[in-house]
Amino acid sequence: MKKIRIRKGVYCDSVRLLLLSREMGDLDGVDRAMAAMATPTNLEILGQLGWSLEEIGDVAENDLLAAVDAADERTLDAAFQWLETRLKERVSGTGKGYHPRTLRTAVADAPSANLVQISIPGAYAFREAKRALMNDKHVMLFSDNVSIEEEVALKDLAGDRGLLLMGPDCGTAIINGVCLGFANVVPRGPVGIVAASGTGAQEISVLLARGGIGVSQLIGTGGRDLSRKVAGRAMRLGLRALAADPETEVMVLVSKPPEPEVAERILTDAASCAKPVIVNFLGENPDRITRGNVRGAGNLEEAAQLAIQAAGRRAISLGEGGVPALVEQERSRLKPGQRFLRGLFVGGTLADEAMLLLKTELGTLYSNSPVPGCTLLVDSSVSRGHTVLDLGADEFTVGRAHPMIDPTLRNFRIVEEAMDSEVAVLLLDVVLGYGSHADPAGATAGAVEEARGMARKDDRDLVVVASVCGTEGDPQNLDEQEQKLRDVGVRVFASNAQACRFCRELLRSGHAEDS
Amino acid sequence: MGEIEEANRKAMDILLQAKPVLKGIGVAGKDIPGMTKTTILHAGPPIEWERMCGPMRGAVMGALLYERMASSLEEAEELAASGDITYEPCHHHQTVGPMAGIVSASMPVWIVENETHGNRAYCTLNEGLGKVLRYGGLGDEVIQRLRWMEGTLAPALARALELHGDIDLRTLIAQALEMGDEGHNRNRAGTSLLIRTLAPHIASVAESPAVASEVLGFLAANDHFFLNLTMPAAKCSLDPIADIPGSTVVSAMSRNGTEFGIRVSGLGGRWFTAPAPEVDGLYFPGYTADDANPDIGDSVICETAGFGGFAMASAPAIVQFVGGSVDLAVNSTREMYEITLAEHPFYRVPVLDFRGTPTGIDVRRVVETMIPPVINTGIAHKDPGVGQVGAGLVKPPMTCFEDALRAFADERSS
Repeated sequence: MKKIRIRKGVYCDSVRLLLLSREMGDLDGVDRAMAAMATPTNLEILGQLGWSLEEIGDVAENDLLAAVDAADERTLDAAFQWLETRLKERVSGTGKGYHPRTLRTAVADAPSANLVQISIPGAYAFREAKRALMNDKHVMLFSDNVSIEEEVALKDLAGDRGLLLMGPDCGTAIINGVCLGFANVVPRGPVGIVAASGTGAQEISVLLARGGIGVSQLIGTGGRDLSRKVAGRAMRLGLRALAADPETEVMVLVSKPPEPEVAERILTDAASCAKPVIVNFLGENPDRITRGNVRGAGNLEEAAQLAIQAAGRRAISLGEGGVPALVEQERSRLKPGQRFLRGLFVGGTLADEAMLLLKTELGTLYSNSPVPGCTLLVDSSVSRGHTVLDLGADEFTVGRAHPMIDPTLRNFRIVEEAMDSEVAVLLLDVVLGYGSHADPAGATAGAVEEARGMARKDDRDLVVVASVCGTEGDPQNLDEQEQKLRDVGVRVFASNAQACRFCRELLRSGHAEDS
Repeated sequence: MGEIEEANRKAMDILLQAKPVLKGIGVAGKDIPGMTKTTILHAGPPIEWERMCGPMRGAVMGALLYERMASSLEEAEELAASGDITYEPCHHHQTVGPMAGIVSASMPVWIVENETHGNRAYCTLNEGLGKVLRYGGLGDEVIQRLRWMEGTLAPALARALELHGDIDLRTLIAQALEMGDEGHNRNRAGTSLLIRTLAPHIASVAESPAVASEVLGFLAANDHFFLNLTMPAAKCSLDPIADIPGSTVVSAMSRNGTEFGIRVSGLGGRWFTAPAPEVDGLYFPGYTADDANPDIGDSVICETAGFGGFAMASAPAIVQFVGGSVDLAVNSTREMYEITLAEHPFYRVPVLDFRGTPTGIDVRRVVETMIPPVINTGIAHKDPGVGQVGAGLVKPPMTCFEDALRAFADERSS
C-alpha cells in the first residue's frame, strides 16, 4: 500500500533526502520510499510512480513529502517514524581521526615524532624500517621474519645515523615513559634497561617498581641481537645511549646467554662506562660477569635487586616470608604418587628462568625449548615427567595469537595437565600490561577451577603456583588480578624466581623423592 | 635526486604554476585544432561507434541532427555507423567534455588559455540538467536548446566577455573552493561568481531586456554552468606535462562510458584502460542503480588537476554523496595526500586550515598504497535521452595504474 505524509515547512537539502530515501527504501517490508521537497517536479514523479496526490491537499515547495510503499499499515508507520527520527539527527564533525596510510604522510602530519613502531608482515618490514631510519626516526621493529642479513643492514644504518633500531621481533620497550608493545606501567626513575628479552625486561621493570624505583628507558634489541652475526649491535648502541643519558644512573642488561665473543665485547663496553651496570645473561655464572662497575646477576629478580641497591635505595622485601609453613600447607593437598611439576609459561624468558632455577633440584626436566641441562620434549603437545613449556614458541603460535594475548591454549593445557595423576604442581606466569589480554588472571582462574574439578573427580587435588608480572598502574590492575588467582586457591608470588623457589621447596622432600 | 624525482619535480612545477584564463568563446570547427566538419569528439579514451555506450551513441546522433547532417534518427544512426564520421577523443584535441563529451563543428566553445605556458583548452557550454545532449538526450527540445545556445547565448556571452576582458579562472576556482564548491560535483559558488562577473555586461550587450533576461535566467537555472570552465582550466593546466620523460605523474584520467583510461606524463600519449566501473551513488527520485550507465565523461580531469573529489573537504554541502559525514569528506581529501606529490599553492581547503589541495597523482604511490583516486561524478542513465539520474563516487580500476606503472618500468629498462 502506498501512502504519503507531509511535513509542513520542514526543509531538508536534496542530497540528504536522496540518502534518506535510499535508506528508507531498504527498511524491512518497504518496497519503495521517497523523501523529497514538494516541488512540482517531485509531485509529478510521485504521481507517475502511482501514489495518489489527492489526499495530500495543498502543499508548497518548502513542505517535505514522505512517500512510502509498504506491505501493511504497521510497516508504513514504522517507516514514517524512522524518517522522523533520522530528520532530527545531526551529523557533525571536523575530520578528526584520520589515520595516515603511509609513513610518508605520518611523518608529514607529525613532524616532531621521532620514533616509528613497525608491526607489519616481515617481508615488508625491512623497507619500511629503512624508510623510517632515512627519515631520521628511531625504530621499534615489532615484526618478526626479518632475515638476519636485513637486521644487520638496518642496525648498521641506524648506527651510522645515530638512531636506535629496536628489533626485529622486539616485543617490549618503554621510551620516555611511553610503553611500546608489551610493557608495564612503571614509574620513571634512574634505572635504564637494555634487553634482548621481552618478558625478562618486563619482569625486571615490574620488580623495580615493586621495589619503589623507576625506569629511565627500556630499550629492546630483538632476540637475535647477541648472536654472532648481529654481534650485539643494538645492545652496544643502547648501552652507549644510556651511558650518556643524564637521567640514567644504573644500567641493567638482560639477555639469554650470548655468543661468548659477543658477551665479552659487551662486557668490555659496560666496564668502560662510568655508571654501575647490572648484567643478567640467563644461565651464565654471575661471577664470570662481575668486574669493576659490572655486576653479574643470577636471575631477573636478583638483577632488579642489585639495580635497586646500586641506585642507592635499600632493597625492599618482595614478600617471601613464611615459606616453610606455606610449603607444608600446600603439600598437604597432594597424595602419594603426585610428584611432577608442569610449568606452563606465556613468557619465554620466564620459562628459561624457571628451567635454570629448577633443573638441578628436579633432575630430568623436559621442555619444548630447553636450556642447557634440560631435555628436549620431542612431542610438545604431551608433557612428561617434569616439564616446562614456553607456550609462546613458534610451534604454538602458528595461526593464532601469542598466549599473552589469547589465553585459550594455556587454559586448555592447564586442564589437560590436571588429568595426569602424577602431576603435583602447576607453575604459571601471568603477564599484565599493555598488549596483554584484558583479564589474564580471570581467564587463568577459570581454567584452574576446571582443572581442580577434574582432579577432584579422581579424588586428587593440585598445587597451583603463579607469579604475576604487573603493577598497580597496569590496565588490568595488579591487586585485582592477584586476588582473582588467590580466590581459586592459587599460591601467588611477586616474581617468577620466588614462585620457582617455592616449587623447588615443595618438591624437594617427600613426594619428589618418590621418583 | 633520482631521475624520476627530477622529472616529477619538473612536471609539478609546470602544473602548479599553471594559470588558466578564460579568453573568450569560439566555434569548435574553427578554433579546436584538427576539427573537420565530419569530426566528432567524444569523452574518454579512443572508442569506435560499435563499442560506444547508449548515452554516447545518443549524443552522437543528436549532434548529427544538430549539424543538419541527418534529418531523422534513423538517418543519424546510419551515418554514425557509416564510417564517414571521424571519432576522436576530446583529449586528443586540447578539449574536454562532460559526460558523453560530444563536440561537433558548429558548437560554441569556451577558449581557456594557460597563460604561464601559452597553451589552450576548449570545452562546450553547459546545457543544464535534464534532457540534454551530454547525457545522450534526444528530441527537439535538446536540438532547439543547442541552437539557442549557438545563436543567442554564445554571442551574448562572447560580447560580454569582450567588454569585461579575460577572466582569471584560477582565482575564480580558488574562491569557489572557499565557498563550498569542489569544482566537479558542486559548482554552485563558481557559477554564481561567474554570473556576478558577467551580469552587468550581459545586460549592456543584450539586444533587448528580454534576451538579457533569457540569458541570465538560463545561467541562474544551472548550478553546473561553471563545470564547463573548471574542466578546460584543469585540461590546459595538465596538457603541458603530457610528455615529460621519466615523470610518473598522471596527466589525464577519463572515461567514455565503456572504458576508464589514464595517461602518465612519462609515457606520453598512451592510454591505459580498463572497463568503466559502476558509480556508487545516490539516485534521483524514481531511479535506481539498474538505470545507471557505467562511469562516463572527461570531468575527472578536475581530480587529475587537484580538485573535484580531491577537494571534497571543501564541499560539506554534498558530503552525503560520500557517505554522510563531514569527517568522511575531510578524510577522503586527506587520504589523497597519500597518492599526490604536492599541495596546490592556489586551491586551498578552509577546513584543513587552508592547506593546498592534494595535487599531482603519482602512479607509483597509487600502486604502492592501493589507494584509488577519489572521484566525484554524476551518473548518466544507460539509455540515450534520459539524462542524469544521480551522483556519487567512483573508484577507478586499479589495473589502469598497475599497467601504466609496468609499462613505465619496461620503458626504463629497455
